[in-house]
Amino acid sequence: MAEDNEEKYFFDDPKNIKKVLKVFYFICALLVLADFIVHRHIYHSWENIPAFYAIYGFVGCVLLVVIAKEMRKVLMRKEDYYDE
Amino acid sequence: MNSLVMIPFVPLLLGALAAIFLRGWLRNSLMLIAPIIGALNLMGMEPGVLWSLEFMGYALEPVRIDKLSLMFGYLFHLASFIAIVYALHVKDTVQHVAGLAYAASAVGAVFAGDLLTLFVFWELLALTSVFLIWARRTDRAYASGVRYLIIQILSGVMLLAGLLIFAQVNNSLLFKSIGLEHQGTAKIGAWLIFLAFGIKAAFPFFHNWLTDSYPEATPTGTIFLASFTTKVAVYCLARGFAGEEILIWIGVTMACFPIFFAVIENDLRRVLAYSLINQIGFMVVGIGIGSAIALNGAVAHAFNDVIFKGLLMMTMGAVLHMTGKINGSELGGLYKSMPKTTILCIVGAASISAFPLFSGFVSKSMIMAAAVEEGYNVVWLLLLFAAAGVFHHAGIKIPYFAFFAHDSGIRTTEPPRNMLIAMTIAAVACVMLGTFPQQTVYALLPWDADYHPYDLTHILTQLQLLFFSALAFVWLNLRNMYPPELPSTNLDADWFYRKLAPSFIKPLARNMYGVYDKLELTAIASVKLIIRNSYDPEEAKPRGFFAKLWPTETMVAWVAILLAGYLILYYL
Repeated sequence: MAEDNEEKYFFDDPKNIKKVLKVFYFICALLVLADFIVHRHIYHSWENIPAFYAIYGFVGCVLLVVIAKEMRKVLMRKEDYYDE
Repeated sequence: MNSLVMIPFVPLLLGALAAIFLRGWLRNSLMLIAPIIGALNLMGMEPGVLWSLEFMGYALEPVRIDKLSLMFGYLFHLASFIAIVYALHVKDTVQHVAGLAYAASAVGAVFAGDLLTLFVFWELLALTSVFLIWARRTDRAYASGVRYLIIQILSGVMLLAGLLIFAQVNNSLLFKSIGLEHQGTAKIGAWLIFLAFGIKAAFPFFHNWLTDSYPEATPTGTIFLASFTTKVAVYCLARGFAGEEILIWIGVTMACFPIFFAVIENDLRRVLAYSLINQIGFMVVGIGIGSAIALNGAVAHAFNDVIFKGLLMMTMGAVLHMTGKINGSELGGLYKSMPKTTILCIVGAASISAFPLFSGFVSKSMIMAAAVEEGYNVVWLLLLFAAAGVFHHAGIKIPYFAFFAHDSGIRTTEPPRNMLIAMTIAAVACVMLGTFPQQTVYALLPWDADYHPYDLTHILTQLQLLFFSALAFVWLNLRNMYPPELPSTNLDADWFYRKLAPSFIKPLARNMYGVYDKLELTAIASVKLIIRNSYDPEEAKPRGFFAKLWPTETMVAWVAILLAGYLILYYL
């Protein structure tokens, strides 16, 4: 098992993480770009906002995490809270 | 053909019996064959009443077949097959028997054509499944199982009360559309049945039995648990309360609030339990909207959810089985030693997040489309938020904290082969359902409605939503704003009955017992006092005047007193 531990795995190298993230950012950029090229069907007037889904997804998730973090202040107890 | 048809739940029940009496490869093969025979049996069935009888003047239909029940029937056989494969390495007979009997009860419940039969299977669901929790054999699991059983039985009692009122008012026990629009006592009956379904569907404030017990069950037991109880409830709501507007608002609440808890929860199986409620929320909204496309979306999503949630639960069960740990704070870096499990988990994550070509995409979108179509704008926006949130906590958080994140240093191996096979079947099913919906899940849909998920707009908007949700995760992580996984308990509605109520009831009970204790002592003391006053132990003689006389003497004395009294009354 000792050899196993010394083996280098893909994400052990920070360069690889950076590469993956770069590809990811590129796809995000492409998706926003596509919004201006592809003519989307509009079912609802809010969808007229350019890149509505991208903005909504990003803002929604940031809000989700920020609110959840605040909830911890009120709701978080010790692991064995109910066992006492 | 019809003469060969068995009652739907019988094959699985026979499988459970085989699990009691047989061992080794014979048991394994019979348990595996049971759901296959059960599913083949369903294929030979025509819609209609397969078995009817009369009971105390009421017509009962213990087995009724229609497209809705058939769809859930197929689903439950597929789910139980996967769960059985996943559990094959387990030596514990209790778990095998409970798992198969539980699956049989679920099948029985969806084919029940009357409320009384439904009630019987409703209670059997609770009684069989609790053993999958107790089989963990820890104190926590035992206590959690007891709470689970109490709440499930409460749901059954409410169903029974509701159906008795209904039988009285309507003079029928057949399970058809019930609705909430009634007058007088019928209204109470309808609401009791509605709430009984609601408890099992994990409505807000009734949801904690699920997040409490599912993560305490055995790694293999949770797969059975996550597949049946809540889906039977979804089926019952679809049959009994389709189009009730209140369900839309209940469903939206269910879709939104659990994602906040999922973000801060540490136990990764509990994260999945919260996301289970979130997914049921989508289904409940669909049932509430009540149009053909919405109802189709609800049941299609139930179908897909059982498979992808089962897959995610199985990957986390594999992690728990191999490492003995399930808290995000203790895991990380497992992709190094469990690469296959990692990939299977990512397939499950992609499916629940509704990536194009994966199963969630083709069913969740039906519900969203129906919400826009029927003009529920706020509902649509909130569901969109919930869909982004699902990706955030189930799609990214689960794989990230288990298999990537910081390396926990844990080095293990892939789980047993049967577990890998079960997860692979589920993963292949997720891709098949998502890629070929017309040939698979759409072919089973009960209502007539045309829906095509794959158009450019839908694919583009969904990808934008998901990639930018992921971007939010990356951004928060890089800025160190993402909440770290912490060993903790988060308060939820169960605080009321696990902390608040006991803190009242315990002192009250203690005081009541004190009062009772004092009362008992006083009573004993006063009885002793009476005895001491009337009997002299030293002289071994009673103290009372009459006690010293012979009975005949006492008699004479009383007769004399009576006669004297009579004489006085006579002269008055």
